[in-house]
Amino acid sequence: MRVRTGRWAGRAVLVAIALAALGAIWEVYKDWGPTDGVKLFGERILPRTTAAAMPHLADIWHAFGKPEIGGAISFGSTNTVLDSVVDAGVHTLRWAAVGFAIGVVVGMLLALLMNRLAVFERALMPYVVLSQTVPLIALAPLVAKWGQGWSFWDRWMSVSVIAAYLAFFPVAVGMARGLSSPSAVHADYFRCSAAGWWQTLVRLKLPSSVPFLIPSLRLAAAGAVVGTIVAEISTGLPDGVGKLILDYSQQATGDPSRLYAAVIGAAVLGLAAAAAVTVVDLALWRYHRGATSR
Amino acid sequence: MTEAEQAESGAVTAPAVELHAVHKSFTARRGTVVALADVDLTIERGEFVSLIGPSGCGKSTLLRVIADLLQPSGGEVQVNGKPARRARLDQDYGIAFQQAGLLDWRTVQANIELPLELHGVDRAERHARAEELIELVGLTEFARHRPPQLSGGMQQRVAIARALAESPALLLMDEPFGALDEMTRERMQNELVRIAGETGAAVVFVTHSIPEAVFLSDRVVVMSARPGRIVNVVPIGLGARTDDTREAPGFYAAITQVREALRGLPVPQTVEVGVSVENALRNSAEGAL
Ligand SMILES: Nc1ncnc2c1ncn2[C@@H]1O[C@H](COP(=O)(O)OP(=O)(O)OP(=O)(O)O)[C@@H](O)[C@H]1O
Ligand SMILES: [Mg+2]
Repeated sequence: MRVRTGRWAGRAVLVAIALAALGAIWEVYKDWGPTDGVKLFGERILPRTTAAAMPHLADIWHAFGKPEIGGAISFGSTNTVLDSVVDAGVHTLRWAAVGFAIGVVVGMLLALLMNRLAVFERALMPYVVLSQTVPLIALAPLVAKWGQGWSFWDRWMSVSVIAAYLAFFPVAVGMARGLSSPSAVHADYFRCSAAGWWQTLVRLKLPSSVPFLIPSLRLAAAGAVVGTIVAEISTGLPDGVGKLILDYSQQATGDPSRLYAAVIGAAVLGLAAAAAVTVVDLALWRYHRGATSR
Repeated sequence: MTEAEQAESGAVTAPAVELHAVHKSFTARRGTVVALADVDLTIERGEFVSLIGPSGCGKSTLLRVIADLLQPSGGEVQVNGKPARRARLDQDYGIAFQQAGLLDWRTVQANIELPLELHGVDRAERHARAEELIELVGLTEFARHRPPQLSGGMQQRVAIARALAESPALLLMDEPFGALDEMTRERMQNELVRIAGETGAAVVFVTHSIPEAVFLSDRVVVMSARPGRIVNVVPIGLGARTDDTREAPGFYAAITQVREALRGLPVPQTVEVGVSVENALRNSAEGAL
């Protein structure tokens, strides 16, 4: 177990170093880069370094502490930007979690179906892949419209459905691969033991699919957050990070650091969601390939 | 004895394996491969039989047909006096492959309990049986370890213990010691002979090693390739096996016998013509004498 903690500490240090490096690059470019950005063949490939485009990190940091000016979102006069971001983050995370849960269940069911019968795999896989080529921005208003027909439907549900739409894909693909990952010798052994489909699933296929499932879940978690924010923006759902980004971008002419604060909030949400999967990962260490510690 | 009891005892005394005119061909994109042609073989209860022959002669195919992992294209397969499929569903045999095929996420103990778990044996009984088997294969200290922590030989012993879990009347083994070093291999052979003796199980054992086949077996079945068929059955009369058996003159004599049976094979088609010409010449020479 000690080795494990060591590895985690090492990873945390690496993440911290990477973040610091990113911040340093940002600051160096901001101070030393050309004001008008860098252009290649007439296309700007690096941003302008004006305060409006690239605020100092310190300004973004301070933006969290600034009082929220009334207007789009009013929490009362004593609220800071940080309060708004946290409050919006909680809403977004909740919708994303619902979307993630739906996506995981749907993705797993699809994978099981495809594993049960090869016909389903051939029939479904193309549509699963196709589903991800539909632009989310186009889809969101459609989903919101469908929902309006039902009395029990709430607007946030449309947002969760869209999040699920992004989340199910990696789960379906990863799980499908995982379920078919047991080697021939294992499959033969289970057949010789006269194990039924269900027993083979529970005792062989599901455990074997864990190493494939964990990265899929991580992608799905991040996807659910992205899907939620995009859907919030395109359906105009209030209270979440999406709306916050929209509002701040409209006020951004004077102060871009607020907008960056909200964007950082969104990024942190995605990271937090992916990190939450780590809990599942740790709980299932036994099923990692070649796991040796006890 | 009632008639039902007689029928029952009839089933119990049926041979472990009975193959009649078994034929198996695979249809690949490039024509048909005849993996088994006209195989007739009867293996008695408690008998140890090895299958030996050149690579691709159908040893694994034969074992898989007996295990009902493959359907024969023709002929009849009886295991314990039942059709192969029935015998598989009734768990009449235990099986071990060249790869141990253990589940990495289970401890040694849990791996051995797997077949019992699959067939609804209750927990206490499972534990007791697994402990017994772990002792039998000499892994008591490693009961709580997981397969990746074990050496190849130890993993193979776990696989054998797992195959023995339900005290099958028949053990099917496909080159189970193929990946082991010579010393471990001999130790495993000693253990297998002992286990087979103690459990009274019949064993069908596929190997590429002539000494291994001779040391283990009551009979060595020699096969030839394309089409795969049985060309010779060499009975081995070495009595009870000990480490000394490996140095006994009878052991070497039997090895020579099997080697000659193997060498006498008309393996490739082109050579077959030559051999038959040679045989014809020898026959005519004998006739002349
Ligand atoms: N699933 C399959 N599809 C097509 N051909 C097969 C299949 N399995 C085996 N064969 C063919 O059947 C023949 C016998 O194969 P088998 O695996 O039984 O040989 P073997 O005696 O076990 O060889 P080895 O000693 O190398 O393990 C080979 O020519 C092989 O190519
Ligand atoms: Mg083989």
